[in-house]
Amino acid sequence: MADLITPDLVDLNLTQTDRGEATRALAERLRAAGRVTDLEQFLADVRAREAQMPTGIEGGIGLPHCRSVAVVEPTLGFGRSDQGIDWGAADGPAHLIFLIAAPEGGGAEHMGILAKLARKLIHPSFRDSLRQAPDPETVVSLVQKEVLGQ
Amino acid sequence: MKIVAVTSCPTGIAHTYMAAEALEQAAKDAGHDIQVETQGAAGAEAVPDSAIAGADAVVFAADVEVRNRERFAGKPLVQTSVKRAINDAPGLIAEAEAAARTGGAGGVLAGAAAEAREAAAMETAARPETKVDEGAGIGTRLRQWLMTGVSYMIPFVAAGGILIALAFLLGGPEVANKVNGGTFEGTEYQAVEDMSKLIVQAGYAGLLFKIGATAFSMLVPILAGFIAYAMGDRPALVAGIVGGLISVEIGAGFLGGLVAGLIAGAVVIWIKRVKVPRGMAGIMPVVVIPLVSTLIVGALMLVVIGQPIAALQNGLEDWLNGLSGSNAILLGIILGLMMAFDMGGPVNKVAYAFGLAALASGNLKIMAAVMAAGMTPPLGLALATVIRKNQFTRAERQAGEAAWLLGASFITEGAIPFAAADPLRVIPGLMVGSAVTGALVMGFGNESRAPHGGIWVVGLISKPILYILAILIGTAVTAAAVIILKTTGRKQAADIEPAASRQATAAS
Repeated sequence: MADLITPDLVDLNLTQTDRGEATRALAERLRAAGRVTDLEQFLADVRAREAQMPTGIEGGIGLPHCRSVAVVEPTLGFGRSDQGIDWGAADGPAHLIFLIAAPEGGGAEHMGILAKLARKLIHPSFRDSLRQAPDPETVVSLVQKEVLGQ
Repeated sequence: MKIVAVTSCPTGIAHTYMAAEALEQAAKDAGHDIQVETQGAAGAEAVPDSAIAGADAVVFAADVEVRNRERFAGKPLVQTSVKRAINDAPGLIAEAEAAARTGGAGGVLAGAAAEAREAAAMETAARPETKVDEGAGIGTRLRQWLMTGVSYMIPFVAAGGILIALAFLLGGPEVANKVNGGTFEGTEYQAVEDMSKLIVQAGYAGLLFKIGATAFSMLVPILAGFIAYAMGDRPALVAGIVGGLISVEIGAGFLGGLVAGLIAGAVVIWIKRVKVPRGMAGIMPVVVIPLVSTLIVGALMLVVIGQPIAALQNGLEDWLNGLSGSNAILLGIILGLMMAFDMGGPVNKVAYAFGLAALASGNLKIMAAVMAAGMTPPLGLALATVIRKNQFTRAERQAGEAAWLLGASFITEGAIPFAAADPLRVIPGLMVGSAVTGALVMGFGNESRAPHGGIWVVGLISKPILYILAILIGTAVTAAAVIILKTTGRKQAADIEPAASRQATAAS
């Protein structure tokens, strides 16, 4: 199984101000890495989930995600936005964006990793380290350490 | 404190787990034990039944239907969205503490989103039990099921009954005949066939009457439907409601509705026990259970219950006709017993029809007795709820407030919520009171030219003071009899009070 996240899936300077555009920018990285086969299908699936109820949560977190046939491996794309992007949370825009891509019909093992990741997102210390990470490599090692215990 | 929680969200890969983590953290910080079942894509590891049994409160943080929620039946519940658990888990834990303390969903009231409050109120109201374990005696569970049906029915009784009473007040008692047809004081009225001409033919009072009567037509279906719902959850609703509609159709009244609801619930519980292949499990609650249970209940009601009721009515009718010439007071007692027996059901209908027939043939005494005996059940219960509050649940006490007006207007259905919740104690009490009333009216020799209208047509009744006296005595006797029956051999209403107070929440 490929790594959940790699440095080329991280964008520490998201410039988009729109939820859809920021998602697209991160999704492009997933496609370039071969994690997503059909970009439009994938984005449509993310939008469908977002339309059910915005995925933003308090504390400046945006959490676009979906299970999609266009996804090859469970993958995390991470973006950071200084100006913030409205993600539908009550307390303001999101600064940390986690794009979680899960393959349709992924097995319990795949999903278990994403579940662990989701649990980590709750912890303020994890969020703070991500806010302060100086480069993509640091983000990757933080995720691997916290989520996978590596 | 011990808490169990279920989290679930549409995709089941992110929020489900975040909510679980947040709840676990918040519970730990508050010094509670918590077990969270994450119904997500990684597969749900079910919280063991032993943990549920030992839990003080249940939290549902879910944006999609909680699977197998019947496992949590009877527990104090806080229900909210998955996001709220993520954003404010400590607040949610505090609500769970409050719910555990009050044994109800009271905690949800503090700061929760309106929809979550509504959902929680609906949910807990739908639960047949609160503090009672699944293993509780069948008598207790039966009472909880009936109370659930009654709590959903009460708003229909109140809304429909008050509208009908208002229609009588504004339009006079003949408004019923203007809408439904028939003769009133020698004037023949045509029923309103075309509803667009309702106001032209029957006036605004007719409009009120029609709306009220429509609400009343749902009493028995709602009662039956939500008894079934309490027993078998959502898939049972359709069989209960259809059974209730058929009960109305075959003239079986609310007792028929009770039977229909209980049968529907039992059938659904039974079907759920049948092991089905995995492929079929998905369509069971949506298609198979509703289809099969509705067919069974409908057929039972129409074929097995419908015939005996028709036969019973014919038999009673012949019997009453045979009694016509005999002792007037005895006839008053019998008519009173019949009026109070099933409040709009087959026996009541025979007595009322007997009164109507007598009225048409010029004997006005019988109608007077029938009407008075039909007024005392709601009036007596309203009085009982005032003088012995602790014998009634909160929902019943609220129904008691409306029952004054309904009883005064000869809307006997005002007593149904009480009778449906506790038939074996309430109905005999009502029958005693109505028998006394019927006997008194026959003894006084009152005559009524009006077939309905209650106290509002007292001007059409001879010796009105004595008539009112008979009703007052009957009301007092009814209240006393019901209270005596309720205090013998039974714990006070407090043991089902938690359910009732939540039901009141749902209704408010």
